Amino acid sequence: MTDVETHRYDVVVIGAGGSGLRAAIAAHEAGAKVAVVCKSLLGKAHTVMAEGGAAAALGNLWPDDSWQVHFRDTMRGGKMLNNWRMAQLHAQEAPERVLELEDWGALFDRTKDGLISQRDFGGHRYARLAHVGDRTGLEMIRTLQQRTVQLGIDVYMECTITDLMRNDGKISGAFGYWRETGSFIAFEAPAVVLATGGIGKSFKVTSNSWEYTGDGHAMALRAGATLINMEFVQFHPTGMVWPPSVKGLLVTESVRGDGGILKNSEGKRFMFDYIPEFFKAETADNEEEADRWYEDKKNNRRPPELLPRDEVARAINSEIKAGRGSEHGGVYLDIASRRTPEFIRKRLPSMYHQFKELADVDITQEPMEIGPTCHYVMGGVEVDPDTEMSGVEGLYAVGECSGGMHGSNRLGGNSLSDLLVFGKRAGDAAAAYVGSLSGDRPALADSDLETAERLALAPFASPGSGTENPYTIQQELQQTMNDLVGIIRVREELEKSLGEIEKLKERARHLQVAGDRQYNPGWHLAIDLRNMLLVSECIAKAALEREESRGGHTREDHPGFDDRWGTLNIALSINTAGDGVDLATQPLPVMPDDLAAFFEEGH
Amino acid sequence: MAYTLKMKLWRGDRSGGDLQDYDVEVETGEVVLDAIHRVQATQAGDLAVRWNCKAGKCGSCSAEVNGRPRLMCMARLSDYDPAETITVTPMRTFPVIRDLVTDVSYNYEKAKELPYAELPPRDADGKRRMMQEDVERGQEFRKCIECFLCQNTCHVVRDHEDNKVHFAGPRFFLRYAELDMHPLDTVDRREVTKEQAGLGYCNITKCCTEVCPEGIHITDNAIIPMKERIVDKSYDPLVWLGNKIGFRDKDRDSRTEA
Repeated sequence: MTDVETHRYDVVVIGAGGSGLRAAIAAHEAGAKVAVVCKSLLGKAHTVMAEGGAAAALGNLWPDDSWQVHFRDTMRGGKMLNNWRMAQLHAQEAPERVLELEDWGALFDRTKDGLISQRDFGGHRYARLAHVGDRTGLEMIRTLQQRTVQLGIDVYMECTITDLMRNDGKISGAFGYWRETGSFIAFEAPAVVLATGGIGKSFKVTSNSWEYTGDGHAMALRAGATLINMEFVQFHPTGMVWPPSVKGLLVTESVRGDGGILKNSEGKRFMFDYIPEFFKAETADNEEEADRWYEDKKNNRRPPELLPRDEVARAINSEIKAGRGSEHGGVYLDIASRRTPEFIRKRLPSMYHQFKELADVDITQEPMEIGPTCHYVMGGVEVDPDTEMSGVEGLYAVGECSGGMHGSNRLGGNSLSDLLVFGKRAGDAAAAYVGSLSGDRPALADSDLETAERLALAPFASPGSGTENPYTIQQELQQTMNDLVGIIRVREELEKSLGEIEKLKERARHLQVAGDRQYNPGWHLAIDLRNMLLVSECIAKAALEREESRGGHTREDHPGFDDRWGTLNIALSINTAGDGVDLATQPLPVMPDDLAAFFEEGH
Repeated sequence: MAYTLKMKLWRGDRSGGDLQDYDVEVETGEVVLDAIHRVQATQAGDLAVRWNCKAGKCGSCSAEVNGRPRLMCMARLSDYDPAETITVTPMRTFPVIRDLVTDVSYNYEKAKELPYAELPPRDADGKRRMMQEDVERGQEFRKCIECFLCQNTCHVVRDHEDNKVHFAGPRFFLRYAELDMHPLDTVDRREVTKEQAGLGYCNITKCCTEVCPEGIHITDNAIIPMKERIVDKSYDPLVWLGNKIGFRDKDRDSRTEA
């Protein structure tokens, strides 16, 4: 045995955002010995940045709402490419998962009757998002964090997992390092839940934090799991565009849900020009009807500003390209002329604060300048919809790093509820799986630990043998993905991006980092780069293959749906050499007739 | 406008360190954290700094900028004269790990001692009812992003390491107050707040409130009301008499002592 610090658990959860903590709580409550391992301090995960709310058909404001309506909205928002079973479970279980947070101390905003209040969001027929002002993610993570601490679950903070360990095809644990000291650590556990979030840090303009380097995606690939839907990347329509320091920073969809509208430099409310055929029947085609909808949803159709995010982001992109953009290359998001300052400060306190502090803009008095920003990846580890287990025995994936639930485009508000619903399911399933093993647990293999150790230390190779700065490679990758695999894609550019990624992969073999192993961000980035490059290759390859436009994947050279692609997933797996990915298409699971009936005429 | 910013950054570890000079290209509209990231990317790849969201929402990048405790992501360069040297040092109350990163485990240890919400069963329809005005007091405290700048600034622990054992600090007084003001919670925690959390050490100098990036009125809305509630319980002669002759504070009816 190597002398690596080793811990034994039943279930190891990688990631301490909403899905990871919910999974850990479930596995603990099911009787498993659980560890949570996270790159940052507890409570800092990306969930904290979620603003709008958690979508759940509680029916507190609109009693006509039900899981069936939520299910239908979710599938249509994902342009029918969602895994139907995940969308069904999500819609059915989200209300109870939200109420559970309240049992644990969460303080949601209330309706006049004292129930959890719900807000309007794009693509949702009814006001459905349970929220706390515009800091819902903070409320959720703090509630789950406090619950985790209360239950006495072990948390390994500022500890990065670099690789998963297997024995005879089954998960046997995970290997990583303490960021503080740089010393290595191993976990022996038959079940590992990946809850590592997304990939946004591979793009230059993003709302995502440094942690979003696709670790779970890449580790799952290397362990033999498949990824699906990687071509679908959500560009949130409203990111800040100025000042440069905050370019990409999220401006919550709640601004539009609460009445905000989009205007171009000519002052025109342009979204009426961009209503696609698919949503014509349910979208208002004039300002009067759109404005009436906030108060009377029965007799009016939804404003076009509340189309799903992919539609709005494309529309903004077109306006900017057509020369009707704002001073700093965005468009205007205006709530100042539509709602009172008191209403805005009450409903959108973080946005008020964010613009005031960082851009000197008072959003109760003047419009915001916004533009699309890389926000979320719909693609992720292919999992069983009921248990969240991947194709690798003992390996689970939840939240953003799993794939299928959101199809080609996620509706706002469906992420926070996704984290809770599938976090709980994975935690339960992982504990049950470990229980079924009895004493027959896969052991860690010394040789695998040694390989992982060698890979992690490679960037410290003797001075002179390495020449590349990890920060430079990361910046070039971000520029490449932004320019060539961004919101609008075309064959030539995607092909070029794959060439660029290959060159960067080659250069990344010669990294050299300064300093020693103690809290060294340069070294940490060098390790994360391996994951970022692999995941970027997945996105570019899948985007090149899918010759149609759907959801978060728009091909200039193949506009519109192609029905053949409407029933296919693209699945990616690691190649035999282990240095790239292979691609295959596979049929989408077919929805049973009783659910398919929701999508017929008249619904 | 681009210009060259002069910075002094504290570099070192537990064994010691000092301020080092860096000249870095910056632009108007950037924040201190941007400048530090540029130093990292171009001059000192191993410069240790903790950060996540860069939007004032996660509370990771706390440090002392020109001696003032604040979030580096919310410290705009335009607030400083371009000719001014900006000095960044780690939070002083916590042991340094390396460069600008400190060991904040004190806070996570204190968090383990905290009580938690204990609510009665839900209403018959499976939901709970609370009025907006009743949840708002707690909501203010739950805005806390755990940057620990209040803990860093509080003189009870800033200059008195030994007080850390008995003192939860302003961040966690918020939690006690939040639970005590929760409209449905069933436990009376005044005794615990006094004994276990050490609220008595606080002499309301309001330093914590001054540095809170979320603008939470820590002293006025959490600490002082909690002190009053504790005093009422122990010393108020009317409350004492009321208890003796069987009158009860209705607000406390639904709570049992922790």
